[in-house]
Amino acid sequence: MTSAANTASLPRRHWKRPPLLIKSPLLRWIIYGGALVYLVLAVGTVEVNWSRVYEGLERGWRFIQGFLVPDFTSRWRDISVGLVESLTMTVTSTVVGILISVPIGIGAARNLAPAWIYLVCRAIIAVSRSFQEVIIAILLVAMFGFGPFAGFLTLSFATIGFLSKLLAEDIEDIDETQAEAIRATGAGWWQLVNYAIQPQVMPRLIGLSLYRLDINFRESAVIGIVGAGGIGATLNTSIDRYEYDSAGAIMLIIIGIVMVSEYSSSHIRKWVQ
Amino acid sequence: MPVGKIAGQPVWQHRTPRARLALWAGWLGLVALFVYCWQVMTETTIWAFVHDAPAQAVDIGSRMLPPRWGYIEKLLLPLWDTLNMATLGTLLGVILAVPVAFLAARNTTPSVMLLRPIALFIIVSSRSINSLIWALLLVAIIGPGLLAGIVAIGLRSIGFIGKLLYEAIEEIDVSQVEAVTATGASRGQIMDYAIVPQILPAFCGITVFRWDINIRESAILGLVGAGGLGLQLQASLNVLAWPQVTMIFLVILGTVVVSEWVSAKVRQAIT
Amino acid sequence: MLRLVSLTKTYKTGDRALSEVSFEVPAGQVVGLIGPSGAGKSTLIRCVNRLVEPTGGQIFLGDTEITGLARGELRVLRRRIGMIFQEYALVERLTVMENVLSGRLGYVPFWRSFMRRFPEADVATAFALLERVGLSDHADKRADALSGGQRQRVGIARALEQNPELLLVDEPTASLDPKTSRQIMRLIKEICEERNLAAIINIHDVVLAQGFTDRIIGLRAGRVVFDGAPSRLDDSVLTEIYGEEDWAQMRRAEQEDEEDARAEMRRREMMAEAR
Repeated sequence: MTSAANTASLPRRHWKRPPLLIKSPLLRWIIYGGALVYLVLAVGTVEVNWSRVYEGLERGWRFIQGFLVPDFTSRWRDISVGLVESLTMTVTSTVVGILISVPIGIGAARNLAPAWIYLVCRAIIAVSRSFQEVIIAILLVAMFGFGPFAGFLTLSFATIGFLSKLLAEDIEDIDETQAEAIRATGAGWWQLVNYAIQPQVMPRLIGLSLYRLDINFRESAVIGIVGAGGIGATLNTSIDRYEYDSAGAIMLIIIGIVMVSEYSSSHIRKWVQ
Repeated sequence: MPVGKIAGQPVWQHRTPRARLALWAGWLGLVALFVYCWQVMTETTIWAFVHDAPAQAVDIGSRMLPPRWGYIEKLLLPLWDTLNMATLGTLLGVILAVPVAFLAARNTTPSVMLLRPIALFIIVSSRSINSLIWALLLVAIIGPGLLAGIVAIGLRSIGFIGKLLYEAIEEIDVSQVEAVTATGASRGQIMDYAIVPQILPAFCGITVFRWDINIRESAILGLVGAGGLGLQLQASLNVLAWPQVTMIFLVILGTVVVSEWVSAKVRQAIT
Repeated sequence: MLRLVSLTKTYKTGDRALSEVSFEVPAGQVVGLIGPSGAGKSTLIRCVNRLVEPTGGQIFLGDTEITGLARGELRVLRRRIGMIFQEYALVERLTVMENVLSGRLGYVPFWRSFMRRFPEADVATAFALLERVGLSDHADKRADALSGGQRQRVGIARALEQNPELLLVDEPTASLDPKTSRQIMRLIKEICEERNLAAIINIHDVVLAQGFTDRIIGLRAGRVVFDGAPSRLDDSVLTEIYGEEDWAQMRRAEQEDEEDARAEMRRREMMAEAR
């Protein structure tokens, strides 16, 4: 850019937009070039067996047909068993997850907990958050055997990381003046939590719990693939057998349940606030 | 707060009797639901396995340690594949999600009656189905390999990016759009000058955030045959090579931590 | 120049915002549009460039009938009408220069605007305008880095960049302090004189309207209840427009405000000198 000093004398006729993020042109080109090189390399690693893909098109078309004209009946027994497992797993794991998350969430809030409790709780959260549900499920299935019980444990464990972290952040963000006012009345720690913290975080805790219920259901459809019970196992079987119309039916059921739960949870959240 | 009367004296109560009753009924219902679900769920559980679990845990734990450090050499290429799968999948997701988001946002959709519901359905479908399921399906359709993983990640990302982006579009400042419209700008120009600048930071943040999530997800897609670290994990699990499994877990953990750090830094820089 | 013939707007909710509004604005005249909130001021000026679709009546700009133009023609017409907004309505994340140049969007093809390659003449005009409103050093700043008064100056420059025949000004001082408000109103007035521009200024501040316009139109519940020189605006007229209120007291309060503002300025000058 030319400096602004010469504007007064001569009318300027050129203008270029100043760069948005990276000011140095050299660095900018290095970054653009690097991105391009990476992209070429990355695309290069993708080996595509085009004849296999071409063969697959027919199967893909059959899947789309199965999705459009799903078959709920012929595998209904398997589907219903999987669905019941998934739903019960979702409910129990969410409830247990919430019950454990609340104390851990409070413990992980810097403004409420002493340092050592804080560190312990944050460590629990970090462990729970850094591993995928599927990985946890693999380990738990190895320990507890196949079936929904391992799934229940997996989802409970994952819920803890999710809810405690958000709850702790919420507690750290509360309006301090309210807590101060309650403290000023001579309230003890429990009274402080009950009167100053709980009213402020309760609506959001309910919202988060409902959201987690939703996530747990979706995840319950996945962990079945590694043997932790639920609708995922049924889905896995039907895809293995190339029964795309049953697979389509299962996926539509999952989508339907997620839609219903999203819709009702938005209503509940409005009603709570 | 309601004030009731007991023996002619006003008494302060936290809730009206009716509200209290409803609350108790609600809690009771919830407990009953939980107990019922618990029973249905554990019907098929073999409790002997559960009782045996601590011993199993100790056993597996002792076999997992120490991790097989040398195995990392064989993990570098799968790691590179995993990163590519996440990045290219995110790119694919972005390309597909942007038009969907504009169709889904109430203030930019060309047709509220037809296109908007379709776009919303695409978003909810993509969100409901986990990338592992998409991968399962795609591996069955187009065969195992990175491509299936990339497409799976892309399909799952549409819903996430689309939803957050269309919410950002619906929240833009209308007066800026009005001002640009008043200059006689065309639809494309209004998009370029009034809408895009307003949603660009949100867009970048959402994309990086999704990229971070996609790294986690792509690490396990190999379990169903879509390439990357998951493929090695599957192979190691099949032969019960627990020290290798531990090593893979460590690599995944490291990648996740780094990608989370990068994504947090980038998002900080943007906003 | 601009002619409104029994302009009527009824919203879908059934609210009648404007009924049978007719008046004419000759070139170079600055019209102040006053009235209580909800009187239809904002709707009226948005009907002129059809940001709001009128439901009845006609509007003419020169020989063009604005009502009834097709989409493409409307774009061409909108270039002839500059608009200045309440709360500035700048695109905050674009630079000042991009905001000013966005006044040319109706003239340039999409690729030029997308590549930010505006014709040289447009860029030159933009620089000249920025200098005219006293912001030549701020061209490359992002709009949200400016103060309220500066932003409104950018808004004015953007409107003028269109090289309009008519200015529509919607509450230009709504979010500015009294002193800056006067500066902005003076700037608009001067610019209209320089370019022989007609303007309709929608403003809630009666005293400002009287000070900086050639003619006042008073709206009440969507009807014109006063149309005349600012000097004819007396208490009885104001009562008719706004309803019962102690006008003499309002004027006094306004004077005090101004005195306060002047005192504040003197104080600041003294402090600047002391430094």
